[in-house]
Amino acid sequence: MAELYFEDVSVGQEVPTFQRTTDLMYWNRFAAVNDEFVPVHMDDEFAKSRGEKGVLAMGHLSFAHLHNMLRDWIGDSGQIKRVACQYRGINYKDDTITSRGQVVKTYSEGEQNLVDLEIRVENQRGEIITPGTATVALPSRK
Amino acid sequence: MDKIPTIEELQAMAGRELYRVTSPPVSLSDIRKHAIAVYWPEKPPRRFWDEDYARKTSNAGVVAPEDFNPFAWPIEGPGRLPNGVDLPEMARTFNGGSEAEYFSPIRPGDAIMAVETMADAFMRTGRSGRLLICVSEVKWTNQRNEPVKNLRGTRVVVLPD
Repeated sequence: MAELYFEDVSVGQEVPTFQRTTDLMYWNRFAAVNDEFVPVHMDDEFAKSRGEKGVLAMGHLSFAHLHNMLRDWIGDSGQIKRVACQYRGINYKDDTITSRGQVVKTYSEGEQNLVDLEIRVENQRGEIITPGTATVALPSRK
Repeated sequence: MDKIPTIEELQAMAGRELYRVTSPPVSLSDIRKHAIAVYWPEKPPRRFWDEDYARKTSNAGVVAPEDFNPFAWPIEGPGRLPNGVDLPEMARTFNGGSEAEYFSPIRPGDAIMAVETMADAFMRTGRSGRLLICVSEVKWTNQRNEPVKNLRGTRVVVLPD
């Protein structure tokens, strides 16, 4: 993985996106590692009986994609310190969801070089379904 | 549980330990499968599955993705985290949010203990109607009692009209 150094980051910088189009098979693969065999994620009829237009993705899948976006950006030596998000919108079957991030603060605390970010997951219509924040620690070139 | 708890019952639980559970030892294969699932259809980063590669990184070995769940496939529940309070099977609920803070990474061989406590409960009216919001906190530690993760999870219950 490419390494990212603290000195290479500045406020306003955009994080490279992480994008996937998800469907039932995709969700099943995730359910198998996160123990999410929940009817609303698996069964269209059940989801409709709950007032949804159909099955929907797990919120934790967006959480995972936000982590992937951060990890792909910071490389092997960076650390993900904190990730927070709210599941406000729904990822329906066949939606293309894109994780995005932007640097809002860079600072040092003790020996750590920290970067705060605003992060989000959007659907193909540009609707923000999962807004959030994150903090990563990066190595220094010094 | 056959009925949704009242706000008073939930608020009375604040600070109470809901449960604790210890995972079976995490295997390299568990980590690899998780990484494959969350990066599908692309190949996951080598740090999550290639021991020779990972040995040369700052972690000096394979570590799990931060969002890895060592509690999947329990012999007996509860397994999925955060579980929050016990709710009727037919209650309409959804995941409101997650907030995680990370400390020591999870490595193959680690056994993770999770202790969940009830943090807060309150009511709100939203697009779906009257909502009961339960916030729980889960602290994960490894077999050396090192902190691994603090997770704050929000579970939203849609109350019937």
